[in-house]
Amino acid sequence: MQFSELWLRSFVSPDLDSDQLGHLLTMAGLEVEEQDGVAAVFSKVVVAQIVEAEKHPNADKLRVCKVDAGQGELLQIVCGAPNAAAGIKIPCALVGADLAGFGIKAAKLRGVESFGMLCSAKELGISDESGGLLVLPEDAPVGTDLRDYLALDDTLFTIKLTPNRADCLSLTGIAREVAALTGSPLSLVACAPVAAAHADTRAIVLDAPEACPRYAGRIIRGVDAKASTPEWMKQRLARSGIRSISALVDVTNYVMLELGQPLHAFDNAKLAGAIHVRLPQPGEQVLLLNGQTITPAADTLLIADEARALALAGIMGGEDSGITLDTTELFLESAFFAPDAIAGRARAYGFSSDASYRFERGVDFALAGQAIERATRLILDICGGEAGPVVEAVAADKLPARAPIRLRASRVRRVLGIDLSADAVAGMFERLELQVSREGDDFIVTPPSYRFDVEIEEDLIEEIARIHGYDNIPSHAPRGPITMLPRPEAKRDTMSLRRQVAAREYQEVINFAFVEEAWEKDLAGNTNPVRLANPIASQMSVMRSTLIGGLVANVVTNRKRQTTRVRVFEIGRCFAHDAAGQPVDGYHQPVRIAALAAGFAKPEQWGEANRNVDFFDVKADLEALLFPRVAEFERASHPALHPGRSASVKVDGKVVGFIGEVHPVWVQRYELGTAPVVFELDLDVLLQSVTPAYAELSRFPAVTRDLALVVDQQVASGALLAGLQAVAPAIVQRIELFDQYQGKGVEPNRKSLAFRVVMQETQRTLEDTEVDAAMNALTRHAEEALGAKLRG
Amino acid sequence: MDQLDQLVAQAGVDFAAAADSAALETAKARYLGKGGSLTELLKGLGKLDPEARKTAGAEINKAKSAIEAQLNARRDALQQAALEAQLAAEALDVTLPGRGAGIGGLHPVVRTLERVEQLFRSIGFDVAEGPEIETDFYNFTALNTPANHPARSMHDTFYLENGDNVLLRTHTSPVQIRAMQAHVAAYKDRDTMPELRVIAPGRVYRVDSDATHSPMFHQVEGLWVGESVSFADLKGVVADFLRNFFESDDLQVRFRPSFFPFTEPSAEIDVAFMSGALKGRWLEIAGCGMMHPNVLRHGGIDPERYTGFAFGMGPDRLTMLRYGVNDLRLFFEGDLRFLGQFR
Repeated sequence: MQFSELWLRSFVSPDLDSDQLGHLLTMAGLEVEEQDGVAAVFSKVVVAQIVEAEKHPNADKLRVCKVDAGQGELLQIVCGAPNAAAGIKIPCALVGADLAGFGIKAAKLRGVESFGMLCSAKELGISDESGGLLVLPEDAPVGTDLRDYLALDDTLFTIKLTPNRADCLSLTGIAREVAALTGSPLSLVACAPVAAAHADTRAIVLDAPEACPRYAGRIIRGVDAKASTPEWMKQRLARSGIRSISALVDVTNYVMLELGQPLHAFDNAKLAGAIHVRLPQPGEQVLLLNGQTITPAADTLLIADEARALALAGIMGGEDSGITLDTTELFLESAFFAPDAIAGRARAYGFSSDASYRFERGVDFALAGQAIERATRLILDICGGEAGPVVEAVAADKLPARAPIRLRASRVRRVLGIDLSADAVAGMFERLELQVSREGDDFIVTPPSYRFDVEIEEDLIEEIARIHGYDNIPSHAPRGPITMLPRPEAKRDTMSLRRQVAAREYQEVINFAFVEEAWEKDLAGNTNPVRLANPIASQMSVMRSTLIGGLVANVVTNRKRQTTRVRVFEIGRCFAHDAAGQPVDGYHQPVRIAALAAGFAKPEQWGEANRNVDFFDVKADLEALLFPRVAEFERASHPALHPGRSASVKVDGKVVGFIGEVHPVWVQRYELGTAPVVFELDLDVLLQSVTPAYAELSRFPAVTRDLALVVDQQVASGALLAGLQAVAPAIVQRIELFDQYQGKGVEPNRKSLAFRVVMQETQRTLEDTEVDAAMNALTRHAEEALGAKLRG
Repeated sequence: MDQLDQLVAQAGVDFAAAADSAALETAKARYLGKGGSLTELLKGLGKLDPEARKTAGAEINKAKSAIEAQLNARRDALQQAALEAQLAAEALDVTLPGRGAGIGGLHPVVRTLERVEQLFRSIGFDVAEGPEIETDFYNFTALNTPANHPARSMHDTFYLENGDNVLLRTHTSPVQIRAMQAHVAAYKDRDTMPELRVIAPGRVYRVDSDATHSPMFHQVEGLWVGESVSFADLKGVVADFLRNFFESDDLQVRFRPSFFPFTEPSAEIDVAFMSGALKGRWLEIAGCGMMHPNVLRHGGIDPERYTGFAFGMGPDRLTMLRYGVNDLRLFFEGDLRFLGQFR
């Protein structure tokens, strides 16, 4: 909402300068977004007329003008503007004038004396128009100070209104607010009834009284639609950001800005019979003012006559029933449409209008009659003609109710944390023009017809807080019962996990949760991703089911910026269709953690030879993050990964994620250079830990024996180890794989795996025979169950 | 016994001349070995009469001790020299960089979230989470924003294809409802419900993209529900947080009336720094207010018995202000040169 300070001050003029007024509005919830003077700061610029304009003797593009600036004698001024011509009226900066810090002096230009400067709109900071002199109306009085003549000592305010404050979408509304905040007297525009000069009327039928409970109309005959809009009105419209179109349209816009009531003018000659305010018939079409033909939805209210639909009620008029410059007889509409009947409709058709913007937020339902009188007066004054009687159809029981609200003083204290006297509260309500009665400590408040945001006790408390001033409410240090928050030892928090991952040289990233559909197909084998109905771009059209796509893209981005060693991780939600998904039915939304390492295993350095990161480097990172919990890794295939270099990760017997090298096909397609290694896990797994438990230390010596087994190359060492652990007698404390060997001494297609077996008892020293028996048991199991041979 | 003194002196000279321990041992043998000069002198003692033998013996032993002392001193010196030579040989170029891995880091916005969590935990706030695919009910309706409410146009919402009233949450406020419902369920058998103090950080989504808007960004929701929670408490908590977050006691904080469907009274929170590039400018940083009775009711809480406040702020913006980042998009590009600045 943009408006002129001078216009506002015609209704209420508190003793505040522009900046103070801006601050007042902002701190009352009418946030001033912009506040600018309508022109630059300048002085001694007057209305003048060029009497003579002759070519400069020494310069092609300059003219020597004789100018009447009301100074008693003509001034000689050299001017370079292409439109400088005898007869036009223009602004003239006199010698001694100051144009935003630039002083005007008598000077010689190419040998000719010049006493002043003729100005363009841009030079005066009025607009960006710099093509020539600002041409003033023919009747502009020569010698008058330009600031006075154009009312340039004005400020434009642009306020960002919150949707609840529809009452401030007019100068009247803002003036009321300023009066309430400052206590300054308010003098609103009078809307005296215009007596009927003829008896022609048009009947009005409210077919949908819930949606339109009030509709006033009047026929005005004999208007001159070509009359020109007065300058003062043009200026106020312009300073509200509205272009002048024609006198009739300008009047309807002017009254909307002044009072807040959107109006519509029909060409009465184009109407047939009674006006109906109704819902559409199936298939009915309307050609709108903006050239768009629409088939209104069943809940879109129409204005119709007896022949056809004319307009979208409260949204936009129709192309072939509206006024033109040839209109001589008009039918003026001033109605109240219920917010629920208008809200969201214009948006559904892909546009918005000043009228729908106001109606969907709430227009004063008592205003229609005053507005039609005000508009009639202005039309008659500007365009002539004679008005008929106002016909008003009202469904009184369908008008918005303004039920009394009870306000308890105790509740004000509780919600705001301040004590206000009953008189202070009463004073605020009075300034807000709320009808109030008292019942003990309580106030019974009835809000006015223009306030759609005052319905419950809290709404009144908000008004009190606003008028009292948020700044005047104290800040309390937090107070409350202090109880400790649980911190389970066996649970890690995500932040400390992040620090742990970062300590292993991964940089955290945050990638978009919407990704390219191809990533989902390539990297997750997902052909049924969760799709957005209205994506911002095609490459952000589906929700990710894996974090891997984003991490791979991070490699691409960084390689383009000459960083080939990339180690990144992300913690974020992934999304999939899942009939059993909760808490939102049908969607599984787990938080996952994924990491990726690409390029050299370690930063390039003097100490160790460079080598690319491999599966086992990243596996070590993952194992360290899981510690003290131990995962099982099983060869498994994954669409993103090299089939021979990928594994599922199992914790407590449940698959919780995967790890592996990115598939060579994707390495090539996405241009990743060397193959990155990635893992992805359900975050929860890494947040679980264990509370340590003490086990007694043995004072007796441990016995260590090695066991070298030759097995087929395909045998997984993990399976072999698990088999050994399963059959190990109680004295075996641990078994560790410490070597893998292939080559000389071992048949081709076989490998030797060496295990270290540590045995110990807590209560005694082990006997050789028990140790031998244990080793034999392990060997026998390996041979019989796992096809291993003891390495000779 | 000039001869003995000479011998001791000569031994000293010989030992000093020995350049290493082998040479020293050879020199030692010349004096103290089997055929060594001193050994020979001791052997000759037997030829003397007892009185003279006693005197001579004492003299010889004295010389022997002197020679042994010189020997040990020389041994120590040689050992010391050898050690020093070894240490000198082993010296490193200590200015070479350390071997091994570097370190990664947290995302700058996560650093902010961590600080936010720590500060609020210190006054008893727990951290809650909610789903990012949310229902229309939790995202709007339960937050007092029914269908067609003009406030809905403030949010450009991403909807899901074929979804029945499901969307990407446009704010973290739905967590208010979920947190209240969970809290109420947890204490449903008790006469009194403990206070609910929760913050809910997370990602949110809106159809918007330019230098200051990202289609995905972060919010932190906070709420405090109790039997005596007022707007004055809200002002206190938020101002306390902002001054601690920016580590600036003279940070100006102002509360300006605004509108959100789910709070009433509502406020925008502006801050102004007293120094730095943004000195003196009011910067919008968060929205807040007293929880609307309808919202409390949707959470299962009786608004007559309990009141509460809620706030929502943008950690992306907090991060930009704190570290001087001027383009929001940098946060989501994954450029390691940028992210590495926040280790």
